[in-house]
Amino acid sequence: MLDQIIPAVLVSAIAFFSVYIITPFLIKALEKRNLTVKDYNRAGEAMVPRPGGPSLLIGIAAAEITLYMFFPTMEIVAILVTTSLAFVVGIIDDRKTLGGWFKPIALAGCAIPIILLGAYDSNLAFPLFGSVKIPALYLALIVFMIPITGNTINSIDVLNGVASGFMIIASFTLTVSLFVMQNYEIAIASLPLGFVSLAFYKYHKFPSRIFPGDSGALTLGAMYGVIAIVGHVEIIAAVALLPAVINSFLFLSSVKRIIEHREVKLKPVAHTDDFKIMATADKDAPITLVRLILAGGPMTEKQIGSVIFKLALFSAALAIITALMMGLKI
Amino acid sequence: MKGAHVFLFVFVMWILIIIGGGILIVFTAPISIIGYGALDSFFTAGVKAVIAITLVVIWIYILSKIKNWIFHKHLSC
Repeated sequence: MLDQIIPAVLVSAIAFFSVYIITPFLIKALEKRNLTVKDYNRAGEAMVPRPGGPSLLIGIAAAEITLYMFFPTMEIVAILVTTSLAFVVGIIDDRKTLGGWFKPIALAGCAIPIILLGAYDSNLAFPLFGSVKIPALYLALIVFMIPITGNTINSIDVLNGVASGFMIIASFTLTVSLFVMQNYEIAIASLPLGFVSLAFYKYHKFPSRIFPGDSGALTLGAMYGVIAIVGHVEIIAAVALLPAVINSFLFLSSVKRIIEHREVKLKPVAHTDDFKIMATADKDAPITLVRLILAGGPMTEKQIGSVIFKLALFSAALAIITALMMGLKI
Repeated sequence: MKGAHVFLFVFVMWILIIIGGGILIVFTAPISIIGYGALDSFFTAGVKAVIAITLVVIWIYILSKIKNWIFHKHLSC
């Protein structure tokens, strides 16, 4: 037991303090280089440094490399390599505006190391009904999973603190589920994701001092996806991510094609005179999670964030129930 | 509670995942096509993939209807 507690505490501390200490330096460096973007939801449209991805990657890499010294497994290598590649995709997208198809295809490529390292099990487990072996289909699932989780987290990164706050809830849910399913090594390997998100949230929460950017959001999303695969908790991971999945689903089902958010001409939300956010009445504007929440009336940015976090907690509860149901069979 | 309709939407999605998983395990997983020699596993995987994709399409259709119902109901209020 002690041989697992020590690495768990160590990697959690490394992940948290790396991001907590490095991010202020990153903020200063980005401001110095004028790498800032407008925060459209804040009165006065303050300029906020972006991207925060580098500090997240440093925290994750430092923690996972340390963990590899305790548990030299291919699963940890797969987590590290896939997450790092997703960061590279994100940083390219942060620097150059690329087409809507670039990210899904590039992220699909990031999943290839998982297959090459053999860090997966082709049994797909469902609650109550058991598991099914799908050797060929599972390879397709791996290739689809990383773009889906990466882009899903990226698409929810629309308000101050939402992406990192949501990731704290979803990733710790995954950790709890992995412990419930007695997959201790991957549970420990998932801890850095929650702790880097927690440290980053301090600077990302309203009013944001830094935005994660594509490099940050894709790094977090891809790591979440690869943990789901190597930990054999794909369905649980999907359930914990449901509010973000709904956001992507609503967006895609209303625009009916894969495009970048910045390419959308009709805005789903607008501001009231007192700078609250409200849903636009335009029928052709894309429907998003925020717009669906605002269908009940205008809210402040903090209030919307609070509803999204409550939704994340609700999904987290459903995910843990799902994990408990994995042991049952009807 | 504000946004309560979205909680319902999440819950419906969860139920659909559980039911979809059950259908895949109970009805789709046991399917095995024989009589084509070395191509048996290829055809079996193909049929299973078609059923799984069909389920996903039905799943998206149901969610799309629920989304329209919730969203337009609340916007018209």
